[in-house]
Amino acid sequence: MTIIDWIIMLVYFAFVLGIGFLLKRRVKTSTDFFLAGRAIPAWICGLAFLSANLGAQEVIGMAASGAKYGIATSHFYWIGAIPAMVFVGIFMMPFYYGSRARSVPEYLRLRFDEKTRGLNAISFATMTVFSSGISMYAMARLIQTLHILDAPVQRLSVSPQWIFHVSIAFSALIVLAYILLGGLSSAIYNEVLQFFLIVAGFSPLVWLGLKNVGGWHELTKRVPAAYTHSWVGMGSPQTNPMGVEWFGLVMGLGFVLSFGYWCTDFLVVQRAMAADSMNAARRTPLIAAVPKMLFPFLVILPGLIAIAVPLETPAAVVASSSSQPQHGYLGLGLIPPKIDDSTGRPKLDENGHPVLDYDLAIPNMLLHYFPTGLLGLGVIALLASFMSGMAGNVTAFNTVWTYDIYQSYIRPNASDQHYLAMGRLATVFGVALSIAAAYAATRFNNIMDMLQLVFAFVNAPLFATFLLGMFWKRATGHGAFFGLISGTAAAALHHGLTLPSGAVPGIKGAWLGSVLHLYPSEMAQNFWTAIWAWTTCFIMTIVISLATRPRPEGELAGLVYSLTERPSEEHLAWYKRPLALGAAVIALTLVLNLVLR
Amino acid sequence: MGLDIRLPIGALFTILGVLLAGYGLGSNAAIYQRSMGINVNLIWGMVLLVFGLVMILLGRRGVSHGSKLEDRNPPAKTQPK
Repeated sequence: MTIIDWIIMLVYFAFVLGIGFLLKRRVKTSTDFFLAGRAIPAWICGLAFLSANLGAQEVIGMAASGAKYGIATSHFYWIGAIPAMVFVGIFMMPFYYGSRARSVPEYLRLRFDEKTRGLNAISFATMTVFSSGISMYAMARLIQTLHILDAPVQRLSVSPQWIFHVSIAFSALIVLAYILLGGLSSAIYNEVLQFFLIVAGFSPLVWLGLKNVGGWHELTKRVPAAYTHSWVGMGSPQTNPMGVEWFGLVMGLGFVLSFGYWCTDFLVVQRAMAADSMNAARRTPLIAAVPKMLFPFLVILPGLIAIAVPLETPAAVVASSSSQPQHGYLGLGLIPPKIDDSTGRPKLDENGHPVLDYDLAIPNMLLHYFPTGLLGLGVIALLASFMSGMAGNVTAFNTVWTYDIYQSYIRPNASDQHYLAMGRLATVFGVALSIAAAYAATRFNNIMDMLQLVFAFVNAPLFATFLLGMFWKRATGHGAFFGLISGTAAAALHHGLTLPSGAVPGIKGAWLGSVLHLYPSEMAQNFWTAIWAWTTCFIMTIVISLATRPRPEGELAGLVYSLTERPSEEHLAWYKRPLALGAAVIALTLVLNLVLR
Repeated sequence: MGLDIRLPIGALFTILGVLLAGYGLGSNAAIYQRSMGINVNLIWGMVLLVFGLVMILLGRRGVSHGSKLEDRNPPAKTQPK
C-alpha cells in the first residue's frame, strides 16, 4: 500500500458519505426513511437487490468454495439463486408490493396473524444484527491479514491490537453515517455504487489470473477434472468434490434453501418494495438475475485460479506477510495452510496434512497480481462488499424493529415523526449491537457457529409457509405458526441425529447422542436438514389449517393468488414484461449450465 | 427522485480512472512484474475513465427525461394502518 492506494480509498469514502448528504433533505417521513419513499426506478432496485447480498460471506466465501469445490460452486447461483429470483419476481412480488405491506413480517400479519408476524420479526431482527456483526468481524480480520493499517499504526507507535478496534469503529461509523443521513435510499444508492466497484475491482483479477494460467483451456488441465464441471459427477456423492448427489442439490439447495432466502428474506425483498411501481417491483429481482448469473466468473473463478497459479515455490507464501514463520508446510497454489491462533503453527487434519485456509483465496490473489494503484481499487472493492452487506442488514433491522416490533407491541398510534426518530435511533443501536456481536465473535467462536446453526433451523421451513400462504387460501394463522415451529424442530432433530463423515459429534451434528445417518459431506447434511424442515412445515401447516377455522375470503383479497387480480402486462414493451424477462433469464441460465456441464 | 445515481457513479469512476491512469503513466515499470509486465494501472484506469464518462453522459441525458417520468408516476404515500 502506497500513497496512491490511500488516495483511492479516501476518494471512495468521500463519495459514500457524499451520497448520504445529498439524500438527506429528501427524508421527511418514515416512508422516505424505511422504504425510500417507494420511488426508486427498477434498475437501481435490481442492482441494490443483488448488492445487498454481496456481503463478506458472499465474495470471500464463494471464492473459498471455488478453490475447495471448483466450478460446481456456481450451483449456488444457477440452481439456487436464479430460479428463486425469477419466482419471487413473477409470482410473489404482486402480494408483497400489492398488499402495501411495509415489511415481510407485516405481510405475514396481513395474511395470517399477529403471532406468526411476531415470530418472524423477532427471529429476523436478531439474525440481521448478528450477520452484520459477523461481517464487521470478518472485515476487521481481513484488514489485519492484509496489513493495510500496519504502516500508519507503526508510525503512530500504538499497539498493533488497535488495528482491529480501529477497523471495527471506522466501518461502523461510515455505515451508521450514511444510513442515518439518507435512510434506505442512501443504502440503496450506495449499494449500486458498490456493485460497480466490485465489478471494477475483481474483473482485472480474473483477467490477469487467466492470462497468467494460460487461459480457460489451460486452467482445466491444471486442476482435477471434477473442478471444471458443474454437472458431470453429480450422479453420486462419491464422484464430485461437494459430496452431494443431484437430488439433494436440486431440492435442498435449489428448492428449499435458495427459495427460502431469496423469496422470504426481508433484507433483499425490501429493495424491491422500494420500487416506484408494481411493475418495477416485479422486474427488480429479474434485472438482478442477469448480472447474478455471471457472478460465478467474477467471484468463483478467482478461487479456482488461486489453486492453479504457477508459482516458483509452491505456496506456503502468504503474499501478505513478510514475517510469516517458516513452518515447512505447503499450501495449495495461493492458498496457505490455516494457522492456529494460539500456537502459531499450522492446523493439521487427522492424516497429518495441513488444513487449508480457503478464505484467503481472494485476498492473496489481490496481493499476488495487483501492483500498487490497482491494489487500492481491489481493496475498496472488498471494503464495498463488506459495507454493503452490513448496511443491508442494518436497514432491514431498523425497519423490522420500528414497524413490526416497536409500533406493534411497544408503542402503537404514535405520530409518523415519532417513528422516523425511532428508526434513526434503531439504526444507532442496530450498529451498536453489531459491534457487540463482532466482539463476541472474537471471544466465543463456537457461539457464533451455534447461532448460525440455529438461524439455519429457523429459516429452512419459512418458504413452505409463504408458498402455502400465497397460493392456498385455506391456510390459517394457527397452521402457519405451528407449522413453522415444527419445521424448525424437525431441522434441529435431523441435525442432532446425523453427522457428516470425518466430524466428531457436537456442533457438526449428532448432539442428541446417536448417529442415525452418516452423510458424505457437511454440505449434504445441510441440504437434507433443510429438506426435512421444509417438508415437515409444509405437511404440518396443511394438517393444522384443515383442523382450524379458515379466514373469510373477503379478508384475503390481494394476499392470496386465487383471490387477487393478475397485474396486466399488455400495455408494456416486451422487455418490460416480467414474464418475458423471467423466461429469458431461465433460458440464459440453462445455456450456462450446458456450457459448463 | 431528483438525484440521478448515474452522476455520482460517473464522477467517482472518472476520478478513479484519472488517478489510476495518471499513476500508471508516471510509475516505474518494475512494479508491474507481478502483473506479468502489463501496465494494468494505465489500462484499467482508462477503462474506468471511459465508463465514468459514459455514466455521466447517460445521467445528464436522463435528468431531463427522468423528470417527465416522475410526473406520470407520482410516488404513493398512503400506508395501511
